[in-house]
Amino acid sequence: MGPRDKPEGDGFQVSRFNRVLKINNLHVSVGDKPILKGLSLDVPAGEVHAVMGPNGAGKSTLGYALSGRPGYEAAEGAVAWKGEDLLALEPAERAAKGVFLSFQYPIEIPGVPALTFVRTALNAQRRARGEEEVSAPNFLKLVKAASEKLRMDFDMLKRPLNVGFSGGEKKRMEILQMALLEPSLLILDETDSGLDIDALRIVADGVNAMRSPERAMLVITHYQRLLDYIKPDRVHVLVAGRIVASGGPELAHQLEADGYDQYLPAAA
Amino acid sequence: MSALPVIDLKDASSFPSRRVEAWKYSDLRKYLREAPAPSPSAAIPMTGGGPFEGLGGEPMAFVNGRAVGVNTLMACGTQTVRLRLISKAEATGHATTARISARAGAKLLILETHEGEGSAYVAHNRLELDVAHDAEVTRIVLADEPEDAISISQARVRVAPGGRYRQTVVTTGAKLQRLETEVTHLGQGADVRMDGLYALTGARQADLTSVVDHTAADGTTSQLTKGVVRDAGRGVFQGKIIVERGADGTDARMGHHALILSERGEVDAKPELIIYADDVQCAHGNTVGNLDQNALFYMQQRGLPLDEARALLTEAFLIEVVDRIEHEGAREVVREWLTARL
Repeated sequence: MGPRDKPEGDGFQVSRFNRVLKINNLHVSVGDKPILKGLSLDVPAGEVHAVMGPNGAGKSTLGYALSGRPGYEAAEGAVAWKGEDLLALEPAERAAKGVFLSFQYPIEIPGVPALTFVRTALNAQRRARGEEEVSAPNFLKLVKAASEKLRMDFDMLKRPLNVGFSGGEKKRMEILQMALLEPSLLILDETDSGLDIDALRIVADGVNAMRSPERAMLVITHYQRLLDYIKPDRVHVLVAGRIVASGGPELAHQLEADGYDQYLPAAA
Repeated sequence: MSALPVIDLKDASSFPSRRVEAWKYSDLRKYLREAPAPSPSAAIPMTGGGPFEGLGGEPMAFVNGRAVGVNTLMACGTQTVRLRLISKAEATGHATTARISARAGAKLLILETHEGEGSAYVAHNRLELDVAHDAEVTRIVLADEPEDAISISQARVRVAPGGRYRQTVVTTGAKLQRLETEVTHLGQGADVRMDGLYALTGARQADLTSVVDHTAADGTTSQLTKGVVRDAGRGVFQGKIIVERGADGTDARMGHHALILSERGEVDAKPELIIYADDVQCAHGNTVGNLDQNALFYMQQRGLPLDEARALLTEAFLIEVVDRIEHEGAREVVREWLTARL
C-alpha cells in the first residue's frame, strides 16, 4: 500500500483521482459514421492498459480522439487527464500537457531534419509550459544518449524526418521522440506493426524504460504478440466502439486463443 | 532568334496583351496602356550594398535605368559581380540593359538584386549573357519590389559547348512581375540548371517564364520551380523546353510544384516539352496543392502550434530550391532572405 492509497479526507485521495486518464461515455463519428459509441475507460498513472479489438472496432479512432485530430471530435462524453479537460484543448496544447500518440504509420516530413523537428517540438512544448528552452548542445547530448539506447544511427537523425526510413526505423523514431519529449500519457497505436522480432524487442525496451508511477500508458493493439514484451496491468476489449470486457493480462491470451467472435453479438 | 517578344518601354505597341500566347497569364497591356513617363535620375543609395554585400565582388549597379558604372562586363578567371537593379522612382518608368559574358574556362557568380525602393514604378531590365566554352556561370536573383510596381526582367542566355549555367530566381512578386529567361544550348554537352521560387502574399503576382532551347547534342537541363501563394496572390509558371532535330542525347527535366494556402490564391502553370529529336530523355512534373494535413496533425501532436507547423512545412517545401544552390555563401544569404519573408 503506497502513500497515495491513504484513506479519504487527507488530501491524497484528490491527488490520486487527478492522476488518472478518465474517458467517460465517449462518442466519436468520422464523417457521418459513428465509430466510438459510449466508450468509458480509466487508466491511472503508473499503469499500462492494453486496448485490444478487431479491425474496425475504433482503436485508431480512440488514439486520434484523445490527441485531438481534426475530424475526430467528440460528439458526446468527456476525457480528462490529471483533472484537465483534454477535449477543450488544441492538439499542441494536449501535447504540452503530456499527451503523446505513437502513430501506427508515422508521417514523413520532407525538408525537415529529424533533429530539427524534435528540438522544435520539445522547445514548443517547454514554451507552452513556461519552461526554459533546451539549448542546441544540451539537446544533442540528450539525443545521442537516447539514440544509442535504441541502437539508432545518429546520422539518420540528420535526414528529413521519416523520409526513406524503413517501417522499423520509423517506429524507433517514434520511441526516440517519446524518450526526448517525456510525455506523461502515452498512447501506442499498433506499435508492433511492421516490426521484426529484433526491432520489436528494442522498441518494447524503449517503451518499458518509460514506465513510471507518473505515467499512464494505453497500448492499442490487434494482436497479443506486443503484450509479451510490454506487459499490461489491465486488458480491455474494444468491439464496435465500446469496451465490452476488461480483465487482467490473461484476457489477452484468451483473446489470442478464442478470437473476438464471442464478443461480437454482445456489441450488436 | 528570340521565341519571346521583346519589349520596348517607350513604345506601348510592344506591350503584349493576353492574346500573345507567351503572355496569356500576365496581361501587360491591361496594367500598362501607355508608355510611362521616364524616371528621373537618382543617386545610388549611400547605405548598404544590397543583400549580397557580404559576399564582395564587383558592383554593377543601375539606378532608375542609368548605369552607375559599367553596363558591360567580360569575365575571366574566377569572378563575382553584384548586379544591382535599383528602382527609386514614383509612377515613372525606366529600362536597363546589362551585357555580361564569361570567357572560356571562366567561373562567374552573378548576384542580381531587384531592389525596389520607390512605388508604382515600371522597370524593364534586360540581361544579355554569354557563357563561353567550358565556362561556368551561376546567376542568383533576389527580387524585392513593392506591391504596386510593374517589373519585367528579360534575360537571354547563350551557353557554348561544355558550358555550365546555373540559375536560381527568388521573388516575392509585385503588382505585375515577369521574370523571364531564355536559354539556348548552342553546343554539345552544355549543362543547365534553372530554378525558381516564389512566395506571394496580398495581391502580388509573379510570373516565372522560361524557354530552354536544345540545339546541340548531349545537353542537360534540370529545372525546379516551387511557389507558395497566400491571400489573393497569383503565381505563374511557364516552362518550355525545346529539343531541336539533331539534339540527341538531351536530358531535360522540369518540375513545378506550388502550394495554395488561401481561398483566393491562384497558380497558373504551363509546362511544355517540344521534342524533335529521337534519342532523348525528358520528363516534367507539375503539382498544385495544399499543405499535407496528415503532416500538420503529426507536427501538432508533437507540440508545434498550428501556425508554427504551417510555417515549418512551408519553409521545408520551398527550401529544396535554395538547397540546390551550390555556392555556400550565396545559399545562406538566400536562405536568410527567404525565411525573413515567409
